[in-house]
This record gives sequence, structure tokens and C-alpha cells, in this order.
Amino acid sequence: MTITEDSGPSGAGPKVVDSREIVLQTEGITKRFGAVVVLRGVDMVLGRGEVLGLVGDNGAGKSTFVKILCGFQRQDSGRILVEGEEVQFHTVEDARAKGIETVYQDLALVPQLTVYQNLFLNRELTYGGKLGLMNNRKMRQLTRQYLDEIRVNVPNIDAEVDRLSGGQRQAIAVARATRQEAKILLLDEPLAAMGAKESALIIDLVKDLSQNRGVSIVVIDHNYTHLFELCDRVSVFQQGRVTFDKRVAETSLEELTELMVSDYRRQVMEGQAQLKGA
Amino acid sequence: MAQATIATGSAPAAPAPSSGTERGRSASIVRLLIQRREATVFLVTVAVIVYFSIRNANFYSEANIITMVQYIAPIAVIGAGEVLLLVLAEIDLSAGQTFLTAPWIVYFIHTDGVPIGWSIAIALLCSLAIGAFNGVFTVVFGVPSLVVTLGTNYALAGFVLIASSAVQVDMPGRTGTFGQVFGISNWSEIAWALAIVVVIWVLLKKTRFGVHTTATGGNLLGAAEAGIPVKRVKVWCFMILAFGAAFVGILDGIRIGSLDPAAPGLDVVLSGIVAAVIGGTALTGGRGTVVGTLIGAVFLGVLEDGFNLIGVSANWFILAEGVVILVAMAINVQLGILAERTKR
Repeated sequence: MTITEDSGPSGAGPKVVDSREIVLQTEGITKRFGAVVVLRGVDMVLGRGEVLGLVGDNGAGKSTFVKILCGFQRQDSGRILVEGEEVQFHTVEDARAKGIETVYQDLALVPQLTVYQNLFLNRELTYGGKLGLMNNRKMRQLTRQYLDEIRVNVPNIDAEVDRLSGGQRQAIAVARATRQEAKILLLDEPLAAMGAKESALIIDLVKDLSQNRGVSIVVIDHNYTHLFELCDRVSVFQQGRVTFDKRVAETSLEELTELMVSDYRRQVMEGQAQLKGA
Repeated sequence: MAQATIATGSAPAAPAPSSGTERGRSASIVRLLIQRREATVFLVTVAVIVYFSIRNANFYSEANIITMVQYIAPIAVIGAGEVLLLVLAEIDLSAGQTFLTAPWIVYFIHTDGVPIGWSIAIALLCSLAIGAFNGVFTVVFGVPSLVVTLGTNYALAGFVLIASSAVQVDMPGRTGTFGQVFGISNWSEIAWALAIVVVIWVLLKKTRFGVHTTATGGNLLGAAEAGIPVKRVKVWCFMILAFGAAFVGILDGIRIGSLDPAAPGLDVVLSGIVAAVIGGTALTGGRGTVVGTLIGAVFLGVLEDGFNLIGVSANWFILAEGVVILVAMAINVQLGILAERTKR
């Protein structure tokens, strides 16, 4: 990864990463829960239309980091910049207002609601004000239109989400996140518990969104093969820090695996040393 | 437009085509019975009505129907309100006592010299406060609503006994047009009750609030992540139920004309919950049917009244109620499993 100032001697022009304009940047993000330090200063950049993969062991801080980016939790210190401008996220809505949308691990879909109700969850269209009756016809129409547009095929948008397959649910969750002109999409393990065929569908969808719609995407996933297919760049989280950051083209599965395994060995040795010391 | 399509790894079967053949039709009736829980309790209710009307010709008499609807009205309102809470995977055991306490508040305030209209308005505000208390206590302290509202139930019952010195009183507000509109007229209570039930139905099915309620009960974390104010939604639902219960409670008090300080509130609220449950609302959250609850309330009313008509002792009704709850729950659970299968 190379970050450069692309214009002017004053350096006031937009920063770029790998010749992409930087859309999202964090500086020194820290977070602790009681005595547990989860993030120890995370610096990250994300270019327009770029797909960045975050990997790391459970508890390395990826999920917490993503929750901070989407406004669900707040950092203890550090800055978040969206298109070069520092932002303060107190709620998920704050982040949304800046074009950051999230698809959570638990999908945040409501199984008992229909496809279109889920797509418009908390953004329902009504006749009249907030208390007005819902405009179901309009919501159905826009749902059909948008799902066609991003080429997601769901047999029946009046079906409860309960009835959909895992891949379809994930597609609906991604569709919901991107429907509102999202600039930045955060995906927490989008391919977890998904078969090969369904994974391929989601990978296609993510690529389409990034390449054709300029959506910048951060993906957490444990499966390196998926990440290499999906991402332009990979960052490794270890104990609350980014310890490795390379373009997918410049690294390999072997390098990444070796990095994780050596980290695991080091942890085991440290553990043994502690046991001996005790 | 030739379109490459994403998703549909395992597409669920499309709804059965209505072929119009006899077999297709009966299959779709079975499907309807399985998928729409209200249908089952509706058929059972119709069967019970037919049975009692054959056993006793007086069943269809105006006097008997009036007796029935007066019994049904409070159950329908409290049951419909409970549906909101059951959808949230919460429950309110204090609504029956709120129902009983509200006319007492009207009585106390009115005997202090406040006009009856204002007394009722203040009593309704108090009911909103009771609902808000239940809701806020539940969401702030994380105490299960079952326990919170049980506490509220006893606190209110104690309040009524203390404030009334356990003496029965006459309900004010029974005169003139006012009295007729608010309870005395034969059809007043059921008309108001139906209006409230319809409002709750519209709220749950046709408004954002209803979707947010379903979302909160169906996926609490997901709803919160979508930005829905889940705690506020819960508090509102407790308040709506308390308001509805208090309103029909006041109507009931005006209709009957006297207030009994020792009336058991739990009996009232449990009837409402039973109506919701036999109507097809699960206790697991995310799903609820106001229409089913209304039918459930009618069923309970018909059963109670029918036993009376054919000369079976009220004690049998209690036994029957118990059996009905067990049977209805077993059917609901089994139909739920069946519905899952037919969906796939």
C-alpha cells in the first residue's frame, strides 16, 4: 500500500491509496472493554471502489473495529475521516448519514418480516408523516426494481425472510445496505456458513458493487481463499493492531498463512513462558 | 431482458398454483388452515356456536348476545393489547388490574369534585403512566416483564384495597347521554372495544410502528442495529395496552355500576392472554395475530355463555378453559412445525 498526496506543493489535495481516492481513513483507533484492551491504535485507509479484507484471530479486534466504523460502538480515542473530513459517530444513523452501511454477522434481518419489509426496515415509506400508513405498493415496486438492478433474484418479495436460503438472506442484507447510495459497505463475515455456490453469488455481488458502482467495501472473513477472490487488499489484525497490509496481487495465501501460524506459535510460546513463570 | 440472476440456491416452492381442480382447491384449504392460524380457531368457534345454538334456541336472542359481547369486550381489548407485547416476546400481567383500577381512580377523583369527563381523562393518563412504568422498569433494569408486571399487578391491587378501605362503591358517570355512550348502552362497550381492536390491528399491520414492533420481537439486536429505538417501542406497547385496558375498565365500571375492590385482576388479564394464545399468537415473539385474538375472545365468550345456557355449572367452564388452552397450544405448536415444512 502506498499513500500519496496527489497534488500541489502544499499537500492539500486529496490523498490517494494505490491511485484510488481515499474514502475512509482511521488514525490511532483504540478501544477497551473494562480491563481488556481490544484495539491498540488502528490506522486504516480505504480507497474508492476498493475491497479491503480484514483477517485475524477471534478477539484480534476486527469486529470491534467494524462496529466503531459503523457507529454501533464508539472509540476511546483516535480519529475517523470520511472523504478527508473528521466525523463523530454517536449512533448507527450518524454513520449512515455519511454513507457508511453495514451488513452484520447476524444479518440484522427480521425472519418474520417479508423481503421488502426487511429491505426498507426503519426506512419504511408511508403516506403522510412518520405515523402514516405504510406505502407497501411503492416499497414493493422499489424492491423489485433495485433487486433487478443489482441482479439479485428472490422468488417472492412478499415471502418472509424465514423462508429464504442463507445466500438469499445475505444478498437481501447486502441489498438493504447498498440501496441507499452507500459509499462504504462494511461486511462482517458475509460468507460464513455458506455453500460454494452461494458464496460465489455473494462474491459476484460484492465485485459488481465495487467495480460498477464505486462502493468501497471492508470485508471481515476467516476464509483466505474467499478473501483472495474478493479483495484488492488485505490487512491483518493481531492483538488490536494492523500488523500486515498488502495488495492481494503482492502477497500470497502462503505468506498470509505463514504469518498467522507464526503468530499462533509465538502466542503458544508466550503462554508456556507465563505458565513456567507462575 | 436477458438477465443473469444471483441467488436462489434452493428456491422455496412457489405457492401452489390455483388450478381450480377439486384436489387443488382442497389442498389450498388445508394449506390455508396450516398457514393462517386464525382459520383454525375461526372454524372451531363456528362449530361451538352451531352446537350451542342447536342445544338452546335462546342462543341467538338479543339478550343473550348482549350478555356475550359484554363478556367478550374486555377480553378482546386486553388480548389485542397483549398481542403487541407477545410479539415483542414480552408479557403484561398487570393489565387486568389496570382494567380494574382505572374506574377506581375515576371514582376517587370524581368524589374529590372533579367533573366526570376530567376524572376519566386523568384516570387514562394514570394508565399511561402505569404502562410507562412497566415498560421503563423492564427495559432499564432488564427485569423480565412477567415479573415486573406481576409486581405492578399486586401493587395496584393493594392500592385499590387500601384507598377504598375494601368497601364496594357505586360508579359515577352513569347519567344521561354520557353514561349511554360510555358503557350503559347495550352495544357501547363492544363498539368501543372493536374500535380499539381495529386501531391495534392497524397499528401492528399497517404502520411503521407495527413493523418496528415485529422487528424488535423478531430480532432484537438486528432491529437495534437497523436504528430502531427498540426500548422506546417496548415502552409504547406497554402504554398502549394499559390505556386500552383502562378505557374498557372504565366502560365496564360504568356499565355494571358498582366497583368491587377485591375483584381479581389476574383472572381478567389471563383471559386476554388465553384469547391471544388460542387465537394463534406464540409466546416466542415476532408473530402475533390481532384478528385471531378477537376470534379467541369470541370463542371464550361463546363457551362461557353456552355452558350457562345449557345449564352446565360455571365450574365446568374453568375446567374447559384449561383443556382448551392445552389443546390450542398443542395445535399451534404442531401447526407451526407443519407450516415450516410446507413452506420449504
